[in-house]
Amino acid sequence: MAFFFFLFAIIALAGAVGVVTLRNPFYCVLSLVAHLIALALLFLLLEAQFVAAAQIIVYAGAVMVLYVFVVAYVGGGDHPRPLWRAGARQRALAVGFGAALFVELSIAVLGTGLQALGTKGPEVTSAYGSPGEIGAKLLTDYLLPFELASFLLLAAAVGAVALAGRRGGLEADDRPLAPEHGEYVAPPRPAATGTMSEGVAGYGVTTPLPEPRVEDRELRTRERETVEPPA
Amino acid sequence: MNVNWYIVVSALIFCLGAVGVLVRRNPLVVLLCLELMLNAGNLALIGFARMWGGLDGQVFAIVVMVVAACEVTIGLGIVVALYRRRLPIDVDELREMQG
Repeated sequence: MAFFFFLFAIIALAGAVGVVTLRNPFYCVLSLVAHLIALALLFLLLEAQFVAAAQIIVYAGAVMVLYVFVVAYVGGGDHPRPLWRAGARQRALAVGFGAALFVELSIAVLGTGLQALGTKGPEVTSAYGSPGEIGAKLLTDYLLPFELASFLLLAAAVGAVALAGRRGGLEADDRPLAPEHGEYVAPPRPAATGTMSEGVAGYGVTTPLPEPRVEDRELRTRERETVEPPA
Repeated sequence: MNVNWYIVVSALIFCLGAVGVLVRRNPLVVLLCLELMLNAGNLALIGFARMWGGLDGQVFAIVVMVVAACEVTIGLGIVVALYRRRLPIDVDELREMQG
């Protein structure tokens, strides 16, 4: 048990260090996936089977796929500029703050009167942490938080659609530019837009910087007006 | 392994996440570091649940996961909205709400 604990703890900590220090957001996400999987294995060592499974499926699966999509869409924002532009002073302050926080947390943990903290915890049956037990807890003692969590998820989903949804502006670009040819002409985009290679390399590395949206929209309106003069 | 080892690992991960939030400038990575902090909290909750032999801590951990999923959804929505408006994807450049 001790071997597995140290193995998974080291992987989890290395993943966390990778998230903080890696320059490319794409690798940060991959590092976080490794961290989450190691953490799920630590949960298993703590007899939390259901939470471990949910961690793998929900976090390392669904949430991280969302992250990868957004990183591939937005591109590596950190890439062209140095990681520590904030300066050595802010970095030193931040690291000092983190060290102070760790010391404080350690004192808080060591200073508690919790006698059981130095033990492995009481013996538990194999039903401990199983989906059945968790479900019984969620639907009896914690029914209100359970329902509130579902409302929170609903509100977040609606909010995300409202935030990221298109509010006009791009629809005009989707119209065919040359209607007399009777075929759709795709609006110009830089090659490799939205691909994984773009997410890894960032803008301006493998692909040229895209034209500003406003300008090429103006260009396109001018083109449209020359094709079909406004009545 | 004794429970206090898990608590120490959780504290370390939490501090790494806090340093990342302070140091990084890309909002995507700041969100990732927030995830680190929430997961450190989850590990502590599950460790304490094991210490007491109860399941309440595990239920709390599931609720924390729900909150983290909501936070990711809204955060990534904001990042995509920033990108659509051609604003810089950099928390140092976005000072309009600074007051």
